[in-house]
Amino acid sequence: MLKISTNPHMQTSRNTKSLMLDVVIALMPAAVAAVLFFGLDALRVILTSVAGCVMFEYLACRYWLKIKNTTSDYSAIITGLLLAYNLPSTMPCWMILIGSFVAIIIAKVCFGGLGCNIFNPALVGRVFLFISFPVQMTVWPNPHFLSLFSPDGSTGATTLRMLKSMNNSGEISAEMYTIDELPSYLDMFLGNVGGCIGEISALALLLGLGYMLWRKVITWHIPFYYLATVLVMTTILYYTTGNAKFLPMAHLLSGGLMLGAIFMATDYTTSPMTVKGQIIYAICCGFLTVIIRSFSAYPEGVSFAILIMNAFVPLIDKFAVQRYYGEKK
Amino acid sequence: MSKKYTFPMGGIHPEKYKLTANCPIEDAGLPETVCIPVKQHIGSSAKILVNKGDKVKVGTLIADADGIVSSDVHSSVSGEVLKVEDVAGSTGYEEKMITIKVEGDEWEESIDRSDKVVKEINFTPEEIVEKIRTAGIVGMGGAGYPTPIKTSIPEGKKVDILIVNGIECEPFLTADDRLMIEKAEQIIIGARIINKALGIQNAVIAIDENKPHAIATLDALCRLYVGVNVKVCKTKYPQGGEKQLIRAITGKELPTGKLPLDVGCIVQNVGTVHAVYEAVMKNKPLFERIITVSGDGIQYPSNYRVRVGTPISYLIDKAGGMDESVSKIILGGPMMGNAIVNQSAPTTKLTSGVLLFKEDNISKTEASACIRCGKCALVCPAGLRPFAIKQAITYNGPTDELRKLHAGDCIECGCCAYGCPANIPLLDYCKIAKQEIRKK
Repeated sequence: MLKISTNPHMQTSRNTKSLMLDVVIALMPAAVAAVLFFGLDALRVILTSVAGCVMFEYLACRYWLKIKNTTSDYSAIITGLLLAYNLPSTMPCWMILIGSFVAIIIAKVCFGGLGCNIFNPALVGRVFLFISFPVQMTVWPNPHFLSLFSPDGSTGATTLRMLKSMNNSGEISAEMYTIDELPSYLDMFLGNVGGCIGEISALALLLGLGYMLWRKVITWHIPFYYLATVLVMTTILYYTTGNAKFLPMAHLLSGGLMLGAIFMATDYTTSPMTVKGQIIYAICCGFLTVIIRSFSAYPEGVSFAILIMNAFVPLIDKFAVQRYYGEKK
Repeated sequence: MSKKYTFPMGGIHPEKYKLTANCPIEDAGLPETVCIPVKQHIGSSAKILVNKGDKVKVGTLIADADGIVSSDVHSSVSGEVLKVEDVAGSTGYEEKMITIKVEGDEWEESIDRSDKVVKEINFTPEEIVEKIRTAGIVGMGGAGYPTPIKTSIPEGKKVDILIVNGIECEPFLTADDRLMIEKAEQIIIGARIINKALGIQNAVIAIDENKPHAIATLDALCRLYVGVNVKVCKTKYPQGGEKQLIRAITGKELPTGKLPLDVGCIVQNVGTVHAVYEAVMKNKPLFERIITVSGDGIQYPSNYRVRVGTPISYLIDKAGGMDESVSKIILGGPMMGNAIVNQSAPTTKLTSGVLLFKEDNISKTEASACIRCGKCALVCPAGLRPFAIKQAITYNGPTDELRKLHAGDCIECGCCAYGCPANIPLLDYCKIAKQEIRKK
């Protein structure tokens, strides 16, 4: 039987599911890095978080909303992975499950599900855990390359914590670090540093970025402008104040910056829709990140910066209009 | 030749599927009857000049242009007029058509049927425009705008360049491609004829780079003629859109509501230019054109020279027939063409393709939630934000809002709906928006 429909009669093979699957694939190098440096503990965190997110979304669809199961679009898996990547490897399972619940049920399902949430679900989950369990969320086991378990259970400070301590150069502080104690840039780049399991390896995250750009999942604008803003700002601060806490390369390679700029700020739903809007958004994220990292009580600023900017996305979308064809430049 | 021209804003790269790029143009032959619509153009219907029982020849004028924005219609066959009445056309709506029973193939004596290429242009601009008018030529790229209007410049306007549109950016279609390969010299002379009518010296034949054969053929021939050059464009959809092509070749953009004339350009499709050559040099009215019959539901994809009014079913049978698995027949290209069900509908001066598709390749999947990826805004060659237009329509926003979103500038290329990962029919929303704006 012949069918009638409006044009176009061809469609790209890319659908929501295939785009999300590509993001999952792009996140895999970071998972490998996590397991290489933190052993099976990292795997436990990742699996618990992903299983929790998928389970909560399934339960919400099945018993609460009574709608078609939406877990098959892979978006819950991404949320689970991103939440796990933002946790230390020692995080107890039950806390991870609470994080999954907050991410999926509160931040996503309550707002209307995929495409409707205002805030990045994984970041909401992380910040919830960070505020609720500040002790467990700031234990940073030292990395041990290629060992299944942490042999000595030793912990240390993250690069950002060290940078933060360089703040009050004149005052007495219990934890003071000097610039010589910072891990080498190579270690930071490869991931041989303490930190959340998914954020440590800039190399792994950049591989994921390359894959997403190649598969045209995202454009280069948000990661580039985000990272560039941080680099430029810290460089200016470093050379004007001479304070080591602004060390530009250390800021670029440490903390959640790479993970945030590549995977969290680029989340479709919670970022602006036009390139112009994305550039404004990314620059503001970068600006807030440096401000929070440098001048707040927290050493880490990426999560808060992105969440704050998430709230501005509807406003940016309203005003960041791209140039129409034929409009004067 | 090294520089490749293109438009910078938006655009997509769909699969090409040019199955018929190497199929020479074949004559489709004569069906038993033809149905010739009296309105195959933008503007008013032509006035019918024949009655039931009249004998006509190939090229006989059967309907006369009614006003300036209208066009003459000629018989495409010889035979007897069976009826002059309303018949269901390709859209399903009834249109006034002249049905002619085919008897032999007797052409009007004035038409020069020899293959000889006539190169000398011994006509004044007025004579050329008059010949184009009496040949019933309209824009064959799909718009159907009467060509005589575009070849006579109004007082006070100035044209610098004629752009011959040899971009066939729709997947599957190869009619223009084959025409450029097989009738290269005629197209160049046709461009010179239009140039003479316009009083200018500069014509550019724009071809997209996935047609190396056409580029080579035309480029070699252009060396023999002054004022006609080939420019190669990047393969990108919708490169053949008038606004996009002007941007690519001249670097200028048409402001909203302006005509190409306002930026000193005239754009003519290669099919139209070839028809101009035949009209002026061979006295041949426009009563046949090249049509690509293709798609995965067609056994023998081909390029046919088809008389206007030939039933679509005749072409399908000619190309191997249609079986149960075919689920869609499309007139035109897959991006901008229309799906039809009435196979007895006739082809017109504007039909560029007849495409048959099987279920699995063309079925639309259900739309899911918008994930706000912004790809629709990224690919829109008009710089619109289809997601915002969709929202305005869905929430029944005021028409002013649609105007503010420039929804009226949508060229209906379908890039947004093509690229949407959630399969949201964005083009439909844009079309509704355009209608809302027009209503008010």
